[in-house]
Amino acid sequence: MTTDPTPHQVASRPRMWTRIRESDIGYSFFRSPFAMVAAAVTVAFLLAAALAPWIAPYNPFDPAQVSLWDGKLPPSFAGGDERYFLGTDNQGRDLWSTILYGGRLSIIIGLAAVFFGMTLGVVLGVVAGYLGGWVDTLIMRVADVQLTIPGILVAILINGVGQIMLPQELRAEFSVYVVIFAIGLSDWPQFARVTRGAALVEKEREYVQAARVIGLPGWLIMWRHVLPNVLRPVLVLATIGLALAIIAEATLSFLGQGVPPTTPSLGTLIRVGQEFMFSGLWWIAFFPALTLVILVFAVNLLGDWMRDALNPKLR
Amino acid sequence: MFSFILRRLLQSVLVMAAVSALSFSLFNFVGDPVNNMVGQEASPEDRQNIRDALGLDDPILVQYVRFLGNAVQGDFGLSYRSKQDVSDMILERLPATLELVAVSAVIALVIGVVAGVYTGIRRDSWLSRSILSVSLVGVSLPTFIIGIGLIYLFAVYLRLLPSSGRAGVTDLGFWRTSFLTVDGWRAIILPALTLSLFQTTMILRLVRSEMLEVMRTDYIKFARARGLSDRAINFTHALRNTLVPVVTIIGLNIGGLIAFSIITETVFQWPGTGLLFIQAVEFADVPVMAAYLMFVALMFVIVNLIVDILYVSIDPRIRIGSS
Repeated sequence: MTTDPTPHQVASRPRMWTRIRESDIGYSFFRSPFAMVAAAVTVAFLLAAALAPWIAPYNPFDPAQVSLWDGKLPPSFAGGDERYFLGTDNQGRDLWSTILYGGRLSIIIGLAAVFFGMTLGVVLGVVAGYLGGWVDTLIMRVADVQLTIPGILVAILINGVGQIMLPQELRAEFSVYVVIFAIGLSDWPQFARVTRGAALVEKEREYVQAARVIGLPGWLIMWRHVLPNVLRPVLVLATIGLALAIIAEATLSFLGQGVPPTTPSLGTLIRVGQEFMFSGLWWIAFFPALTLVILVFAVNLLGDWMRDALNPKLR
Repeated sequence: MFSFILRRLLQSVLVMAAVSALSFSLFNFVGDPVNNMVGQEASPEDRQNIRDALGLDDPILVQYVRFLGNAVQGDFGLSYRSKQDVSDMILERLPATLELVAVSAVIALVIGVVAGVYTGIRRDSWLSRSILSVSLVGVSLPTFIIGIGLIYLFAVYLRLLPSSGRAGVTDLGFWRTSFLTVDGWRAIILPALTLSLFQTTMILRLVRSEMLEVMRTDYIKFARARGLSDRAINFTHALRNTLVPVVTIIGLNIGGLIAFSIITETVFQWPGTGLLFIQAVEFADVPVMAAYLMFVALMFVIVNLIVDILYVSIDPRIRIGSS
């Protein structure tokens, strides 16, 4: 972010690694084993999500590769078939492949929802902070009121309303977007509040005043001068928000109101698995749940570390 | 003080107006209400009669005002699915939700305060450290996974407690309670524990940090210098001063309990209002959804209003700041 693309630095490219290591954040990162493990796990999950179609041994959505005869097999290390590392679910789908695809969907929805909530919150926050007056009052009042209601409740209610507004025949296709919309709408106030606070500070700085003196329009000042300078705290919030969004998506899907069972996410897999838990088929629910927990835990730890590392007050 | 409460009241009215507009719009977005009330073989005249009777051809604003008028009187019409009166359905399931929330709140409060005080006083003991690490896990695990884990451990593996549903219910005429039988208590333990875990951790951490703060103050040092017993210092001097923020957090957390009761009720198939909502979404049962939205909004508005007023009367600094 702070590198100038001057020829000198382009020439000394091999030393970029050293520069990263010796920067404040890099220093903090390489001193914190928790942060490194969390980052490694998160990156592994992102890679697995991106490469799922290539690394999954089976395609669980291809009927030709799924056989009901192979249903309900335990994991290979617990006496199951050695073709299926984590066993199979009730329909004979390889659990490991299903988890890879499910995790991919969970992460995509989480990222999209955070991106949507973040964009909405940051735009409204910058506008509120920079313009002030009644715009500020209106936006922040709405944000305050929404903050008194737990995010997951907002997401469940908006999602419920959204899902039944979809015509029945479009539900399977579009419910993913309703989920993203609902989760995004449930977490914009956090972003708006932080951005507004930062924008209030930046507004008084000389460079903004200078921009105003040379007669730049308000939207341009907000976009080009205020926005880039308020993004640091937003980055932290977005990371923690990703963990919350993944939990929210899993919860909605678990409640049977998220993505349909034909394209299961981790939450849907756990929902299906819960039914078979009583007949001793523990692995169908256990492995998706374990995946979800590890993913959320890693992203959370990463967010915590970022909050500490990027907060100048704690240094 | 008066203007503060007035402003909050106005805010509450606005929230209710927004939520009621959303609930009302559901009726217009989701299918044709007449189709949901009569069978396929109804004649066009019958349909038009129903349209007239319901006033569906009136201007939208007139319909909205009528909806509000009915809602204020607790009339949300009949469920599309069960043809029962919606308010009756909610009232019938309310005791289940409220009992679940009440038991969870008590669990969270007792465990949270006791463990918070303990970890605040003995902060270096191994027990404090393990309590804190367990609580960290409690915060980051999704509610439904905790529920499933408890079901597997206590219902499937150990076979000690029932896995789902409400049992041993006694009908008191106006209230169906599960507090009077052993079966009722056995059924409520797991869902209540699941629901309370997150709140327990919040209260625990809050009490702990408040205790640590108070223990550093001069009046605690002075109390020690006077030679008071540890017990007297910890409980009369320290704990009492940590309670103001705890009271407000508990008030706000009742809202959180209602929110998470939707999830917990689904995991345990607990026949409360949250499960009713989830089923209503599944079957696009608009009147039930609309009534539940209004009901939850009302609960939140009331709880927040009470907390605000409590807060102002407990902490005079806010009164000065707002005027």
